[in-house]
Amino acid sequence: MEILNASLVNWSRAQFAMTAAYHWLFVPLTLGLGVMMAIMETNYVRTGDEKWRKTAKFWQTIFGINFAIGVATGIILEFQFGTNWSNYSWFVGDIFGAPLAIEAIVAFFLEATFISIMFFGWNRVSKKAHLTATWLTILGATLSAYWILVANAWMQYPVGMNFNPDTVRNEMTDFWAVALSPVAVNKFFHAVLSGWGLGASFVVGVGSWYLLKKRHVDFALKSIKMGAAFGFISFILLAVTGDGSAYQVAQKQPMKLASMEGLYKGKTGAGMVAFGILNPNKQAYNDSIDPYYFKIELPKLLSLLGYRDINAFVPGINDIVDGGYTLPDGEKALSFDEKKEHGQLAIQALANYRKAKQEGRDADAAEYKNTLQENYAYFGYGYLKTGQDSIPHVPLTFYSFHLMVIIGFYFILMFAIVWYFGHKKKMESAKWLQYIALWSIPLAYLAGQLGWIVAEVGRQPWTIQDVLPVQAAVSGLSTGNVITTFILFATLFTLLLVAEVTIMVKQIKKGPEI
Amino acid sequence: MDTKLTQPAKKFNWFSLFWEGVTHMSILGKTLWIVVIIKLMVMFGILKPFFFPDFLNSKCQNDKDKAAYVIEQLIDRTNHTP
Repeated sequence: MEILNASLVNWSRAQFAMTAAYHWLFVPLTLGLGVMMAIMETNYVRTGDEKWRKTAKFWQTIFGINFAIGVATGIILEFQFGTNWSNYSWFVGDIFGAPLAIEAIVAFFLEATFISIMFFGWNRVSKKAHLTATWLTILGATLSAYWILVANAWMQYPVGMNFNPDTVRNEMTDFWAVALSPVAVNKFFHAVLSGWGLGASFVVGVGSWYLLKKRHVDFALKSIKMGAAFGFISFILLAVTGDGSAYQVAQKQPMKLASMEGLYKGKTGAGMVAFGILNPNKQAYNDSIDPYYFKIELPKLLSLLGYRDINAFVPGINDIVDGGYTLPDGEKALSFDEKKEHGQLAIQALANYRKAKQEGRDADAAEYKNTLQENYAYFGYGYLKTGQDSIPHVPLTFYSFHLMVIIGFYFILMFAIVWYFGHKKKMESAKWLQYIALWSIPLAYLAGQLGWIVAEVGRQPWTIQDVLPVQAAVSGLSTGNVITTFILFATLFTLLLVAEVTIMVKQIKKGPEI
Repeated sequence: MDTKLTQPAKKFNWFSLFWEGVTHMSILGKTLWIVVIIKLMVMFGILKPFFFPDFLNSKCQNDKDKAAYVIEQLIDRTNHTP
């Protein structure tokens, strides 16, 4: 038996978080810039204007740099499933494997096949064939994102499966429940749109740099105007899908929503915090310390977002731990202690089932299997000790969520202003706005990272919501091994990032061939 | 009599697309390919075999053993949860 310690769990989590964060530096730009360069090439094919061709080719080069540096960084995450999260990997069985396999076979090959025509085929295939290849490349990238997000959505809202105690694996019973989970669908649109928004901010920012340098002015103005319109629409739609996310989280992960809002005591007609400073002295959910130093609340908005009813009750962290409140389906919410009891029953039933099977006591085994299945929904609670263990890191979740939303609304305003200035032909002379657009590029990257922090820190302690906590999921490696690979990954990814930035800056400085 | 010479339409050919693309690649393209190749070699040649072996494969011979190992872990972790 390996001795498990908190340090191993935390380093394993940190390693996965770090590699995922690096991966998410490359993916959104692929998604967003990909669509924009396809739109630019579409303009070229429609109008025959060579300037659009050269504009599209320039952004395609930038796309290519990002794609080449970023490709396969996601595979590092898969390495870790097998090494650092072996219990989890085995436990999730084909639920995880199927979407990842589809992603690799269908989406990647679609991308890989048509990207070659996109890069090599400019003067070798017809305009329309090349344009089709460009759109199919980005479709492939987007499909990849869908299947990865299906896998992640299942962690947040496990559906369409049945646990088999003989194989100790979750077996898929309903592929479409997994593939079309409402959490997956919303997450997909929200994540892809965040990439579109980032791509737009990148194009507008780089275009603004050219204006500041008074280089390639016509190219820059064209790119900025298109980028601003695309960015504005993307961020508006991001607000809509963000609303959808809040609704899904309220229904399926109420503890995450409560943490996002720093809501400890539930309320009917709960307001949403527009801005707030948490009290760092609040260490436990059941101490009497006020969670806030200060907050500005928008009345009733949280109830509206979470339950589509301005007078709905939104449970706080305390309510979820203590239970007893009425759920949307009319049932009474279980307390943490009640869920823990169910979880312990399930785990004990699993142990008894194993013993009964080994001893050939089939009737007993069948009874234990029933008990396991009846209590399986709360399996993971059997590993937790106190209610505090079921609560994610509230300050990190809270600040990440609110900062992400503020940045989102900032971009709606910024793109609106940039588009207006472009439309009124004032962008070229508005140096202050060019600087703002340029320095906004990192904010788009930050918003994307913050979104993932909300999603993944907010689901703690779970690797699979309610079913498997991190401490049961992690491999029994030595902490030293994990620290070593953490440092290796940090070094590798930093080198890749430096390479990307260096090559990209060089190419941007070189400029388009116009 | 005038004869009009016409060029036959070039048939699309995957091989020539790749061959011409690769042989006429810019310095940037070649640099990116070198980065990709080095990255993949490091990932699959060094990281995966030496630092990221499959944990269960290293402990167990077959699926039955893996199931037995994982079930033991799942049961035992309730007693030793940090």
